[in-house]
Amino acid sequence: MRATPLIAARGLSVRLGGRCVLHDVDAEIFPGEIVTVLGPNGSGKSTFLRALIGAVRPHAGRIERAPGLRIGYVPQKLAIDAAMPMTVRRFLGLPRRIGRPEAEAALGQAGAPGLDDRQMADLSGGQFQRVLLARALLECPGLLLLDEATQGLDQPGSAAFYRRIEAVRAELGCAVVMVSHDLHVVMAASDRVLCMNGHICCEGTPDTVAGAPEYRALFGTGTGGALALYRHDHAHSHDRAG
Amino acid sequence: MLDDFLIRAALAGLGVALAAAPLGCFVVWRRMAYFGEATAHAAILGVALSLALALPLLPSVLAAALAMALAVSALTGRGYAMDTVLGVMAHTALAAGLVAVALLGDVRIDLMAFLFGDILAVNRTDLAAIWTGAALVLAATLWRWPALLTATLSPDLARAGGIDPRREELGLTLALAIVVAVAIKVIGVLLIAALLVIPAAAARPLARTPEAMAAGAAVLGAASALGGLWAAWLLDTPAGPSIVCVAAVLFLLTTALGALRRG
Repeated sequence: MRATPLIAARGLSVRLGGRCVLHDVDAEIFPGEIVTVLGPNGSGKSTFLRALIGAVRPHAGRIERAPGLRIGYVPQKLAIDAAMPMTVRRFLGLPRRIGRPEAEAALGQAGAPGLDDRQMADLSGGQFQRVLLARALLECPGLLLLDEATQGLDQPGSAAFYRRIEAVRAELGCAVVMVSHDLHVVMAASDRVLCMNGHICCEGTPDTVAGAPEYRALFGTGTGGALALYRHDHAHSHDRAG
Repeated sequence: MLDDFLIRAALAGLGVALAAAPLGCFVVWRRMAYFGEATAHAAILGVALSLALALPLLPSVLAAALAMALAVSALTGRGYAMDTVLGVMAHTALAAGLVAVALLGDVRIDLMAFLFGDILAVNRTDLAAIWTGAALVLAATLWRWPALLTATLSPDLARAGGIDPRREELGLTLALAIVVAVAIKVIGVLLIAALLVIPAAAARPLARTPEAMAAGAAVLGAASALGGLWAAWLLDTPAGPSIVCVAAVLFLLTTALGALRRG
């Protein structure tokens, strides 16, 4: 057995508006690993992450956190009302005030240096996601949760974002749990994959999962090919940005 | 100095404007302009309650405003859109309050004073109530400011940071009820929502951070209160509506300034 988990779901069931969204989910996240949660729309991936941060109450089962665990959370989307003026630096200092050097360091780490004084509303999609990441990093998290953090980014953009996540994991040694649709990019970057459809249908290394019949039933055999295709891409065509 | 009714009126206006400024920002950010309205309208029910049961006015109004705020919070998310719930509740409360006051007709009461406020009739006791309420609300808002801001941005981000967004919302609701209760005599039931929303909206084009917007709203709110009183004195117009008119003029000015700056 490995070390004790940072966070674990034990027999977790969640009902939202009378509908059972998750049932009997058992999952453990260990220090330093990158875990990807895959699944079709409505399969409960986001709900699973929201249960981990305590935003939805379990109907049955429980979430166990290691004592003193700090969680950095990057939500699926964040709409800042146009009525609220908000500079990047002020946003990073919520809820905990931070100094300018700290803000600059976090932005650098998230790959978005020099944005301090910009208004959040003026950022591009990619910049916005990186600022969200920087804010999560300021928590000095032991666990980073990303909910479809590359939504709205193009292929090179999301590939760059995931490389940044790997770099952050290497620097901070935090565990990462992310939900994504970008099958091929994500699977190659993960240590472990949880395949979810109301419950966890299969889990394991990307290779194991891609070969599992449950995964193929959900995504078809074509995506198994996508993983291979990604490998091919990865070996031969590095992106221009470096 | 407090013997002069104009000085008392000015101090009352300032107190309400200061307490309303940061709350008004949250009302604008959370798109709950009609929430303030519904809470304020419920205050008329509170007036009826205090007449019927011979209770002191302030606690009755506070209780009614709070009950309304909690009822609206509970009803939304049960299949009705927020604006529908507020539309039903706000107008029902106002109508029911007016009917109830009329049914208790043997008591002589100046309803107009509650609908539009009577800032020039503010006495020392009112002044003490207003400034106590304002100080309470300001202190609470300052204390919870980062948590309130985070919960307003995103309840999930708040949760991840160990903040309970529902508790913050409840605190905000309570603060709103307090402001409504102390402001009813100054600005009246129909115009309280205006004093919450307009200075905050007027501060928006000038601000780059939430704190700057709240400070700007306080300055503009105070200017509206003093300017409105002065205009009312000069033109012999009703004080409450004059204050709101000055706020509206300031809103137009800052909006134009913001548009110019953006080019």
